[in-house]
Amino acid sequence: MAPEHSDGQGGWEVNANAPSGVRLIVLEQTSELRFGDRRASLLDSFASAADNGAMIAWWEGLLLVGAGGALGGLARFWLSQWIDNRTGGGRFPWGTLAVNASGALLIGLALGWASGPAWTSWLWLLLVVGVLGSFTTVSSFSLQVVGVAEQDGLRPALVYVLLTLGGGLALVAIGHALGRLAGGAA
Amino acid sequence: MTGYSLRLSLFVALGAALGSMARYGVSWTGLHLAGTGFPWDTLAVNVAGSWLIGLYAVISAPGGCRPADPVFRHFMLAGVCGGFTTFSVFSLESLWLVQTGDPGRAALYVAVSLVLWIAGVWLGSRMGRRLNAAAAQG
Repeated sequence: MAPEHSDGQGGWEVNANAPSGVRLIVLEQTSELRFGDRRASLLDSFASAADNGAMIAWWEGLLLVGAGGALGGLARFWLSQWIDNRTGGGRFPWGTLAVNASGALLIGLALGWASGPAWTSWLWLLLVVGVLGSFTTVSSFSLQVVGVAEQDGLRPALVYVLLTLGGGLALVAIGHALGRLAGGAA
Repeated sequence: MTGYSLRLSLFVALGAALGSMARYGVSWTGLHLAGTGFPWDTLAVNVAGSWLIGLYAVISAPGGCRPADPVFRHFMLAGVCGGFTTFSVFSLESLWLVQTGDPGRAALYVAVSLVLWIAGVWLGSRMGRRLNAAAAQG
């Protein structure tokens, strides 16, 4: 069930916690329903992710994202190195593939869970935009696609692309479904 | 943990914090300028981050025109570029476009992203090689 869309004081929208996380805050402030009905299917899972009333200042958001980003980046660095060291020294980028795939699963879980009462905007900024956003990476992925293509040919590069995109998109959907089961939507 | 790997980790964390905060700034700005209809913000950071890593990896390598020590290279590549770009939010946005009833837009988002990411890193490393060549001649 999607709760009320407005808090009745100032009439801002709190429900549309769209995935970038920042959108949550923006929507709280703009009082515009930009997606109308198309968004309704998601409102269930986004609904109570917004803690009614608690506005976060831009610098508070910046600090939350920075702190989360440091942790997520550190976790990515350690995990991907650890995996690369065990899979042939990183000739095929298993390390980056692993962080991106697991990050996609976790962010899907977080979105599904966001229907639980414990989720608030600051938690979303810290854990999702900060930790999970920084835990995964596109820059290394792109660099490795070109690197693998130059070193080992197009076929392994294509395999890497398909594993990353296919795995990531499948896992974010699975994570979301699991998160809904485990979280408040159940 | 040795002193070196401690220093490496600290610099990666610092770079990732800066990169993440820059991503947050881009998202914030993009959402105010372009609204929430299409994830331009994430597309922009991922393409720009791919370009930057392509450029910096080439010019900071040993023999490049701006050779950097390993710690600073990790700060820039694994830290700043890694924290600035994000695959998880990209995945989430693709799922979100599908679920808001727009699978065509989701497919477009994924396809355009992939092409521009690779184009970005290609362009960045090409520019880096030119800079290296120019520095070697001059």
